Amino acid sequence: MASEKNTAAKKSSWFKNVSDTNLLLTITIVVFFAMYLTAMIFLGSGFLKPQTFFNILNAQAALIITACGMSLVMITGGIDISVGGVVALVSMSCAVYLDFGGGDPYTAILLALAIGLAFGLVQGFLVAYLDIQPFIVSLAGMFFARGMTTIVHTNPFNVENEAFTKLKMTRVIVPGMGSVNKIGKYVDAYVEIGVVVALLIVLLLFCILRWTKLGRAFYAVGGNQQSALMLGINVKRTKFLAHLICSLLAGIGGYVYFLHVGSGSASHASGMEMNAIASSIIGGTMLTGGVGNIIGTFFGVLSLSTIQNIVSSAGLDQAWWTGITVAAMLCIFLIVQSVIMARKKRA
Amino acid sequence: MANKNKSIGAFFSGLVKQQIFIPLVALLLLALFNLIMDPSFFKITLGYNSVGDPVLNGYLITILDYGSELAILAIGMTLVTAASGGQDISVGATIAIAGSVILRLLCGGQTTTDTYQTPLIVAFLVAVIVSMIFGAFNGALVAYFRIQPMIATLILFTAGRSIAAWINNNQLPIVNVESFGYFGGYIPGVPIPTPFFIALICVVIIALVLKFTNLRLYTQAVGINESSSRLNGLNPEFIKFISFVILGVCVAVVGLIKVSRLSTINYSVVAKDIEMDAILAVALGGNALSGGKFNIWASILGAYVIQFLTTTLYKFKVQSDALPAYKAVVVIILVVLSAPIVREKLASLGKKMKTKEVA
Amino acid sequence: MKEKSVLEMRGICKSFPGVRALHDVDFTLCEGEIHALMGENGAGKSTLIKVLTGVYEKDEGEIFLKGMDKAAVIRSPQDAQKLGISTVYQEITLCPNLSVAENMYIGRGEQKKVSWKQMNADADKILQSLDIPAKANRQLSNYSIAIQQMVAIARAVDMDCKVLILDEPTSSLDEQEVEKLFGLMRDLKAKGVGIIFVTHFLDQVYEVCDKITVLRDGGLVGEYEIADLPRVKLVSKMLGKELDDMSDIKTDSVTYAGADADTKVFEAESLQSNAGIKPFNFYIKKGEVNGFTGLLGSGRSECVRAIFGADHVIGGTLKKNGKVVKIKKPIDAMKQGIAYLPEDRKVDGIVGDLSVRDNIILAQQVLKGFFHPYSKAEAQKIAEEYIKLLEIKTASADTPIKSLSGGNQQKVILARWLLTHPEYLILDEPTRGIDVGTKIEIQKLVLKLASEGMSVTFISSETDEMIRTCSRLIVMRDRRVVGELGSDELTQNKIMSTIAGGENDGK
Repeated sequence: MASEKNTAAKKSSWFKNVSDTNLLLTITIVVFFAMYLTAMIFLGSGFLKPQTFFNILNAQAALIITACGMSLVMITGGIDISVGGVVALVSMSCAVYLDFGGGDPYTAILLALAIGLAFGLVQGFLVAYLDIQPFIVSLAGMFFARGMTTIVHTNPFNVENEAFTKLKMTRVIVPGMGSVNKIGKYVDAYVEIGVVVALLIVLLLFCILRWTKLGRAFYAVGGNQQSALMLGINVKRTKFLAHLICSLLAGIGGYVYFLHVGSGSASHASGMEMNAIASSIIGGTMLTGGVGNIIGTFFGVLSLSTIQNIVSSAGLDQAWWTGITVAAMLCIFLIVQSVIMARKKRA
Repeated sequence: MANKNKSIGAFFSGLVKQQIFIPLVALLLLALFNLIMDPSFFKITLGYNSVGDPVLNGYLITILDYGSELAILAIGMTLVTAASGGQDISVGATIAIAGSVILRLLCGGQTTTDTYQTPLIVAFLVAVIVSMIFGAFNGALVAYFRIQPMIATLILFTAGRSIAAWINNNQLPIVNVESFGYFGGYIPGVPIPTPFFIALICVVIIALVLKFTNLRLYTQAVGINESSSRLNGLNPEFIKFISFVILGVCVAVVGLIKVSRLSTINYSVVAKDIEMDAILAVALGGNALSGGKFNIWASILGAYVIQFLTTTLYKFKVQSDALPAYKAVVVIILVVLSAPIVREKLASLGKKMKTKEVA
Repeated sequence: MKEKSVLEMRGICKSFPGVRALHDVDFTLCEGEIHALMGENGAGKSTLIKVLTGVYEKDEGEIFLKGMDKAAVIRSPQDAQKLGISTVYQEITLCPNLSVAENMYIGRGEQKKVSWKQMNADADKILQSLDIPAKANRQLSNYSIAIQQMVAIARAVDMDCKVLILDEPTSSLDEQEVEKLFGLMRDLKAKGVGIIFVTHFLDQVYEVCDKITVLRDGGLVGEYEIADLPRVKLVSKMLGKELDDMSDIKTDSVTYAGADADTKVFEAESLQSNAGIKPFNFYIKKGEVNGFTGLLGSGRSECVRAIFGADHVIGGTLKKNGKVVKIKKPIDAMKQGIAYLPEDRKVDGIVGDLSVRDNIILAQQVLKGFFHPYSKAEAQKIAEEYIKLLEIKTASADTPIKSLSGGNQQKVILARWLLTHPEYLILDEPTRGIDVGTKIEIQKLVLKLASEGMSVTFISSETDEMIRTCSRLIVMRDRRVVGELGSDELTQNKIMSTIAGGENDGK
C-alpha cells in the first residue's frame, strides 16, 4: 500500500519535472509502438515483415524531410503551409528539366535546392523582417507554388531519363532483415536512397537543435519572443533562418519525393503540408512554439503512416478515410496537448 | 471656379479616405485594362439556352454570376476576420460538405433521381444546419481552445472533402430535376443568372441584420480590443464563435449554388481554392486581415473585383490551375502594403519627401 | 565623468507619439552603490531603464560608461549586455520552455556549440552559491515565479556586469527571498558593482539603498543621500507635494444632497479575486465618495476589479442593499448598476479604431441587448449631448477615439459609463496622464454626481485630489487593506504616513 503510494508520488513528480518536450516525445513514441504492436497482433502477416516497415519509410521519406522543416518553423512559433506546393513544384520542375531540358539527375538537385532557397528567402523575409503573419505568407506561397507547377507543365508525365531511373532504382540493402517469399526465396530488405537522406537530415537537425547556439535560439524565440530579445538573441534573424531552412528542406524533400514517384504532376504531394503539420503535432511539437523534437517528428510521421496502413488493411481503403484519419488524429492530439499542458500547469 | 475645384478636390480626398475606394480603384484599373486590350470584353448579348429561355451572355454576366458566390462567402469571411483576426480556410471543403448533404437528401441515397426524394427546402435547411455545426466546430476551436483560426480550420480544410465524399459513399449522385438547376443557372424567363438574386437576398438580409442588431458594433469592439469589450459586458468568446457559425450559413448557400450548377458534385474540384478568393475579397475590400473595423459592402465589391480578375485571366487563356499563382502575387502585394512596418516606412518616406520639397 | 561613477546619463529625452516620457533626465551611478530609482506610475522610471538597456532608442542625451572615452551606443539588449549592463525585469523575461541553465547562458558568449555538461555544472555551482533552490537541468516553467525571478538574477550576477538593474524584482518574492536578494546585492556592492534598484516598497529602499533619485512626470526631481531624505519627504517628492506647502484644503463643498448616510448600497465581505489580493471588506453608502489609496502595486485596482467582476472572484460575497448578488462577469455587475472606468485606458478602456460615438454608446448598448440597437440618429444625439456635457474636444462624433488626446479619451469613457446611469461608479485613476484643467473638471463632476445620489469610488495616485473629493479613504499596502481614514483624518500628512507605514519620522 505504502509502496504503491510511493510509486504514484514518484510518477507524479516525474510528470511534474520532465520537460514539456520530453513529455510529449515520450507520448509519441509510446503511441507509435502501441499502434504498431496492435497492428502486428490483430492484422498479422503484413506487419510482421520488416519490409513493411521499410516500405513505410520508403513511401514517407519526403514527408519526413518536410515535416522536419515544419517542426523547426513551428518550434519558433511560426508555420509554413507552402511545403506541399514546393514539393510539387520541385518534382515537376525536375521532371521537365530531365525529360525536356536534357539535364542529369545530379544537377537537378541544384535546381531543387534553388527553388527551396527562393521560397525560403522571400517567405522568411516577409515573416521575419516585415512581421507579416506566417500563415498568410505561406498560404500565398502555397498557391503560388501550385499555380507555378501547372505553368511549368500542365499534364502529369513519367520521367524516362536513364541516369535518373538508375538512381531511382538504387536500393540500400538492410542486412539481416530480409524474409523468405512465397516461392521460398530469400529476399533482402531494402530502403531507397531517399530514406538514407531523410535519416541523415533527421540526425543533423537533431544535433543542430540540441547542441548549437542557433538551435537553442529557435526554442527561445518560440518560448517567448520578447524574452528572447531581452536575453540577447537576434529574434528576426532566427525566425528568418527557420523559414529559410524549412523551405530548403521542402526543396530537398521535393527531390526525394520525385525520386520515389519518378514523375511530375500538379497534383503531387497534395495535402502534404497538412501531413507535415499533423506529423509535427503528433510528434510533440506545440503549435504555440518552443516545444518540439525532431526525433518526435520522425515518429510522428511513422505513426501517421502506420495508422493509414492500418486503416487500409482493415478494409477501409476508400480514399476519403486517409483525410479523415489524419484530421481526426490531428484534432485529438491538439486537444490532448492542451489538456496535458493545462494539467501540468496545475500540478 | 477655384471654389468649385476645391469642392471637387475635397470630394476626391473624402473618397480616397473611404474604404470602398480600394476595390473601386482596382475595378477601374481592371476595366481600363480590358478596355484597352479588347473592348469586346464588355459586350453583352441576349441569347437562348438549350431549353429555349432567354439568357444574357458575356464576360460581365459571368462575373456577375460567379462573383455572386464569392460575395456571399465574403459576407461571412468579413465577420470572421473582423472578430477573430484570422481567416477560415476550410470554406471550400465545407461547401463540398454542404453540397454533398443536399445531394444525398435530394437523391435519398440513390445515385440518380428524377424527382426530389426530400423536399428541396428541407434538404437546404439540413445543409444549413450541418454547415453551422461545422462552423461551430471551427468557432469552438478558435474561441474556446484559443487555437489560431487558420490552424483550427486547417483540420476541416483537409478532412472536409473526404467527409463530403463519405456522406455520399463516394458516389456522385445526379439530380435530374429541372427546377434544381435554377439556383445555379437561370429561372425561366429571367435572363439574369439566379446566383445574383441569391446574393442580393443575402446582402439584404445582412443589411437588415446590421441595421436591426448590434452585430457590427459587437464584432468590431471584440476585434479591436478584446479586453475592453469584456469590461463593457461583452462575451468575446461567444462573438468569435458566432461569426464562424454565420459563415457556416453563407457556406451552405454557396454549396446549394455549386451543386445546382452541375446537378451533381465533384468532391475534389468543387469550390477549389475558393477560400483564397474569399480572403482576397476581404483584403481587397480594405479590411485589415488582423481584425477590427470592417466594411461588408467593400468586401462584396471586392468579391466581384476578384471575379473580374479571374475572368480577365481566363480570357487571356490562363489555365484554371495556374490562376492561384497570379492571385498569390496579388495577395502578397496587398499584405506587404498593409503591413504596419511597411506603412510606417512609407509614411516616414512621404514626410521626408515633403520636407525636402519645402526645403 | 566623475572618478567613481560607473554610469552617467546626461540629458536623456524620449517621446512617444503624444507623450513626453522623459525630459532632460540626468542619472549618475557610482561604483559599489545601491541606487534607488523612485517615482509614481508614469514618472518615467521604466522608460529610463529601457533606454539604458537598449529596448528603446533615446531621442536625445548621452550615456557614458566607465572606461570608455566616448558616449556608449546602445541600440539593442545585446549591446547593453556586451557593455556590462545586466537587467532583471519585474515581469519574467526568460523563456519558460528552456531549462534553468539555458536561461542563464543563452544569448551570451561567442561559441557556437552548446556543451550541456559544462553548462549544467556551471549553472548548478552558481545556483548553489546563491542558495537558489533550482536544478540546472530542469525546465524553467516547473518553478514558481519567485524562483524564476531568482534565476534571472543569477543570470545577471554571472555576467560580470558593471551595472546591474533590478526593475521591481521583489514584487513576487516573499520576505525570506527578499532577504536573500538583499544579501546578494550587498555582496555585489562590495565587489564594486553599481546597482540600480527600482521598487515601490519603501521599507526595502531604506533597508538596502545608499542613494535615491526621484523622477516625476518624466522629469528629474533630484538625487538624495538616503540619510537626508526621510520617508514622508520621499513620498511627498514622489507625489509632487512639498510638506510645507500642504495646507489641508478640505473644502466645504462636499455635501451630500442624498444624505442617506446609513444605507450601504454595496457591501463586500472578505471578497477575494485570483489577482493576488488578500480578502477584503468594503462598503459604500448612497451618495458617498470614497477612495482606495496606496502606492502603485498595493492592490487598489485589484479590489475594485474584484467588485466589478473583471478579475475572477474566488471567495467572499457582495451584497447590494443587503441582498447577496452574484457577479461573475462584468455584465453581471453592469446589470446591478455598477460602472467601472478602468485604470489602463488604452488596454481596457478605449476601443481605438471605433468612433467617439460608438465608444460612448458601447456599454449602454450592451445593456440594452443585441436586438435593440440605437438608431444612427439616436446614437448621434446621445453622443452630441455627452460631448457637450463633458466638453469633449473632438472634430466630430465620427472621429476615431484613438486620435483624441488622453484627457478627452478619458472623458469619452466617462461619458460611456454615465450614459448607463449607474448607481455606483468606480473610477480607477481617471485623472492619470491628463491635463490639469480636465482633472479639476472630473473632480467637480464626481462631486456633482454624488450630490445627486450616486455612489462613487475614486482611485488616484494624487493625494490632494483624493482629499478634495473623498469623504473616506481605504488605505492599502502590500495587497491588503491596512487602514481606513474618515473625513476628519484626511490630511496629506496622515495619508502619507499611513501609506508609508513603519516609523513615522516624528510626524
